[in-house]
Amino acid sequence: MAEEKVREFKGNGKGSRGPRPQLEHPMQSFLRIMRYLLQYYPVHMIVVVIAIFAGVLCSVQGTWFMKDLIDVYVRPLLLSDQPDFSGLLHAILRVGGFYLLGVVAVFVQNRVMVYVTQGTLMHLRNEMFVHMETLPIKYFDQHPHGDIMSIYTNDIDTLRQMISQSLPQFLNSAITIVSVFISMVMLSIPLTIVTLVMVAVVLFSTKKATGMSGRFFVQQQRDLGKVNGYIEEMMEGQKVVKVFCHESQALEEFQNLNDQLYDSAFNANQFANTLGPINAQLGNVSYVICAMVGGLLALNGTFGFTLGSLASFLTFNKSFYMPINQVSQQLNAVIMALAGADRIFNLLDEKPETDDGYVTLVNAKKENGKLVESEKRSGLWAWKHVHQADGSVDYVELTGDVVFDDVDFGYDPNKIVLHNVDLYATPGQKIAFVGSTGAGKTTITNLINRFYDIQDGKIRYDGININKIKKDDLRHSLGIVLQDTHLFTGTVMENIRYGKLDATDEEVIAAAKLANADSFIRHLPEGYQTKLTGDGASLSQGQRQLLAIARAAVADPPVLILDEATSSIDTRTERIVQEGMDRLMKGRTTFVIAHRLSTVRNSDCIIVLEQGRVIERGNHDQLMAEKGKYYQLYTGNSAS
Amino acid sequence: MLKTLGAQIKEFKAASIATPIFMTIEVLMETVIPFLMASIIDDGVDKGDMHHIYVVGGLMILIAVIGLLGGLGGARYGAKASAGFAKNLREAMFANIQTFSFANIDKYSTAGLVTRLTTDVTNLQNAYQMILRMCIRAPLSMICAMAMSYIICPRLANVYLVAVILLGTCLAILMVRTHKYFSKVFEKYDDLNASVQENVTGIRVVKAFVREDYEKQRFTAASRNVYGMFVKAEKLISMNAPMMQFTVYSCILLVSWMGARLVVMNGLTTGELMSMLTYSMNILMNLMMLSMVFVMITMSVASARRISEVINEKSTLTNPEDPDYEVTDGSICFDHVSFDYHGDKENPILRDVNLNIRSGETIGIIGGTGSSKSSLVNLISRLYDVTEGTVSVGGKNVRTYDLDTLRNSVSVVLQKNVLFSGTILENLRWGDENATEEECRQACRLACADEFIERFPDQYETYLEQGGSNLSGGQKQRLCIARALLKKPKILILDDSTSAVDTATDAKIRKAFAREIPGTTKLIIAQRISSVQDADRIIVMEDGQILGFDTHERLLATNEIYRDIYESQTKGGGDFDEKAGEN
Repeated sequence: MAEEKVREFKGNGKGSRGPRPQLEHPMQSFLRIMRYLLQYYPVHMIVVVIAIFAGVLCSVQGTWFMKDLIDVYVRPLLLSDQPDFSGLLHAILRVGGFYLLGVVAVFVQNRVMVYVTQGTLMHLRNEMFVHMETLPIKYFDQHPHGDIMSIYTNDIDTLRQMISQSLPQFLNSAITIVSVFISMVMLSIPLTIVTLVMVAVVLFSTKKATGMSGRFFVQQQRDLGKVNGYIEEMMEGQKVVKVFCHESQALEEFQNLNDQLYDSAFNANQFANTLGPINAQLGNVSYVICAMVGGLLALNGTFGFTLGSLASFLTFNKSFYMPINQVSQQLNAVIMALAGADRIFNLLDEKPETDDGYVTLVNAKKENGKLVESEKRSGLWAWKHVHQADGSVDYVELTGDVVFDDVDFGYDPNKIVLHNVDLYATPGQKIAFVGSTGAGKTTITNLINRFYDIQDGKIRYDGININKIKKDDLRHSLGIVLQDTHLFTGTVMENIRYGKLDATDEEVIAAAKLANADSFIRHLPEGYQTKLTGDGASLSQGQRQLLAIARAAVADPPVLILDEATSSIDTRTERIVQEGMDRLMKGRTTFVIAHRLSTVRNSDCIIVLEQGRVIERGNHDQLMAEKGKYYQLYTGNSAS
Repeated sequence: MLKTLGAQIKEFKAASIATPIFMTIEVLMETVIPFLMASIIDDGVDKGDMHHIYVVGGLMILIAVIGLLGGLGGARYGAKASAGFAKNLREAMFANIQTFSFANIDKYSTAGLVTRLTTDVTNLQNAYQMILRMCIRAPLSMICAMAMSYIICPRLANVYLVAVILLGTCLAILMVRTHKYFSKVFEKYDDLNASVQENVTGIRVVKAFVREDYEKQRFTAASRNVYGMFVKAEKLISMNAPMMQFTVYSCILLVSWMGARLVVMNGLTTGELMSMLTYSMNILMNLMMLSMVFVMITMSVASARRISEVINEKSTLTNPEDPDYEVTDGSICFDHVSFDYHGDKENPILRDVNLNIRSGETIGIIGGTGSSKSSLVNLISRLYDVTEGTVSVGGKNVRTYDLDTLRNSVSVVLQKNVLFSGTILENLRWGDENATEEECRQACRLACADEFIERFPDQYETYLEQGGSNLSGGQKQRLCIARALLKKPKILILDDSTSAVDTATDAKIRKAFAREIPGTTKLIIAQRISSVQDADRIIVMEDGQILGFDTHERLLATNEIYRDIYESQTKGGGDFDEKAGEN
């Protein structure tokens, strides 16, 4: 049931490769990134800003020197009979000092930015992960796993580029443009106007080119999405393609899509590529025009304009274009990064699982027939219930008594899938759920541990409404073996210990023995120390299931929820798994989604579900006598 | 590798050659400009010759325009060549993958192939464009600027040469060192991402065991690790910019000092001095650019290797030279067949299998997971070649048939089956392109797929998502069977293809087979005894060997394993059949 629901939520999970979405709040995202930078690295950021300032000013200083070089030093020296170079040497040393300072500033800026960038990314990553762990299961149902992963990889990567390169570049460019502009104005207002006119032309053509390429880039993203989707689908189904001799059709269709992608990629890149040469050559034209106008001015000596001034101005003219060019080339990266930041912040803003519970699970001992809290692990557990009204404390022994009272539930609140479910399990009882796929068996078990919250009705655990129990404590008291086994990267030992982090090696091995897993583990190359990777890919389905049972066994919970073996295990392996499960169930309240007759038959209570409703309940003999749905299922006589 | 990739340029050779030519034009024009600039100042401004300024200025604008045209040409053809190159690479890979045998496909993972066709191609596309546009441009621009410097003043130009050599060496050392660091960093980075992935897919386990805090600790520790490695690597890279600046500034100061003296001693004009300073920036910028191109190329080498691997992969199965185009009947014969996926003759996963199946028989195959049931049937349609012995279909060795002919006569419903995005009808027609709608309906009736299809609002025009994800497991399986039936095969193989179909429907399908296609040889692999017990004969497999091949009754009497399986499934141990009635 849950599985199907999940699929519905995900819809077309591969759709994530389409064109990048429009930016929703570019400014907010940008400011939020800045807040992060300032929050974690206030001192670093100040140092960087100072360093950038210093770097720019030093290089502007150098450009001014060009003017002096010719006007103040070379020309007078040319005229004098006995040239004295000491003044020039002095000036060069002074500028050299500035330059050295500039180099140091650039060094400091780059070095500090390494820490800022990587540190911010680390904090963001950690924050994302920590937050993700608090999100409800629903979040993971609704978001394709590939999309979540891509936030950690692609989006973080684009952000790295923006923080480490684009941001300093922007600041640098802004300062350069302003200071160069001021310098140009000081040198010659007419030439500044000429330059500005040319800049306007450059900006206009840049806008045209980016507009054109932008349109084709969207087209390219779309076509790329199509090609990637097709590739993914065909690679996934390559064996089927072979079996049906469908190779030439597959290729033909691919060529079609591939040609479309070529067209849009060609156009997008073509226009993007023109940016560079257009800016550069218009820059050259601007240079020439300034040279001609400046030459005229210098020749006539208008506005006290000198040849040296012209030299400096021309250098400024070049330095004016460079930052404009650089900013326009970073623009794409920034837009991508802001889109990524949007997704990162969306994850961070996702509402965490709510937990208003205040009843906690504590170790307890009996004193004079009364339950009191115990410091040590006592084997006896109790619910500590602090009454909100008067602050008095009650202890209730944890026994594993579970009651569903008229429960309604739907993954989507408007689509109820469980209707009026009533059930009760007294401590130590085994309750089996049977029914066809989609009847709601897995769904019910997901409600007990509050993976999902119910819409209506009540679930009580040892007489306490589970909404009042702290989620962590509630889940601590429940052992779960899920239908889909998930193992983690690490040794077999570590994987079993996942159930109880402070378990000793002996406890782990005992649990493995209980689960029938010990013998196969000992046959692994390095026994309990064998490293598992990729969700235990080197193990068979049955072996993974056994490890999952051992993992639940080591936790030693009073209540168990078992989603039994799947059809992918052959019957003989299943029997071994079954034995492990049976041993684990002894003496605990167990909810089992049963697939096997033997489990069902000796259950204390069998609940028959159909389309989200309990249609029959009772033990095996009672239900057989009823000759209802259970009887049909059991005898395989589906004559309906 | 280069040869393989070079061969894929094909029709984009002209564009690939045109790009550097256009770039050369641009570079030449750009180099001339500072030279003319000097002329304006020296011969125009200094001598008060306005006419000269206009002439040379006009010339400069003309040159800028030519340069612009060169730049635009480079932009256009560079984009064309690289987009085209990428297109051809994708196509070459995709086409070659179509010739892959199952063994070839197994060698690469699906994800691996997808990455090669997507990310790796994009990497190469960018690198190729970079090479075409920059690999000529940057060195050429550098050489031209250098040459011009030498023309103007050899003594000053020597300063540049020394600077270029020094900076070049430093950059090269830095590149090599960072490259080494970064490959290590990315390994750690992959680990970190793997741990995120594990948490995303296994979130239920994490939450069920209340291990959120534990996972957080593990993640933050790993993340701190990655941070440390990245900082180390990037610290090296952060040396780039200051090194560059230092060299540029040193050059400017040196040239200013030496140049000024030269000017005074009349060895150099002021205009020439200014040109020299312009060239200094030009040379060093291009050196920087070159080092970046170099990094990009080294980074794309891995992609290039992965791509050429796929293009060069030779299919392990080839069509015979003079193939048979007709399969006469559905008889199957295994003669001392051994098989191993890696060709291991000592320890094959199928050992010395002998089988004789008559045309039209229904054969059940049963055995535990890993007993090589699927491997056995995969040999019949020559999805894999045997390691030893021969497999014959219709009395002839399968290796003598044309592959398409054989596979159209032997229809396999794979265990891991896939439906494709498209309508149900389109999916069915994979079996037979020219099947009429009535034929499709008939196949669906046989596979008991008609009942659910006809309940969809769009019926046979219902659109299936990728992988048929909008169908339930049982529905998918039945559709796959119908698709296989449309081939009208001589031999039909169902590899655990009804595991998600309820028992009653399963039985109905088998009955329909017996009634409607009696002449077709049917091989049915199943976990459930009930799926095979009414077959003509049943093969019992364990550990790559056939331990029994007989009727249900006789196997029950004589075969211990079979009896064991039978009992485990019937005497209170059977499936409760949660798959019943998925409606």
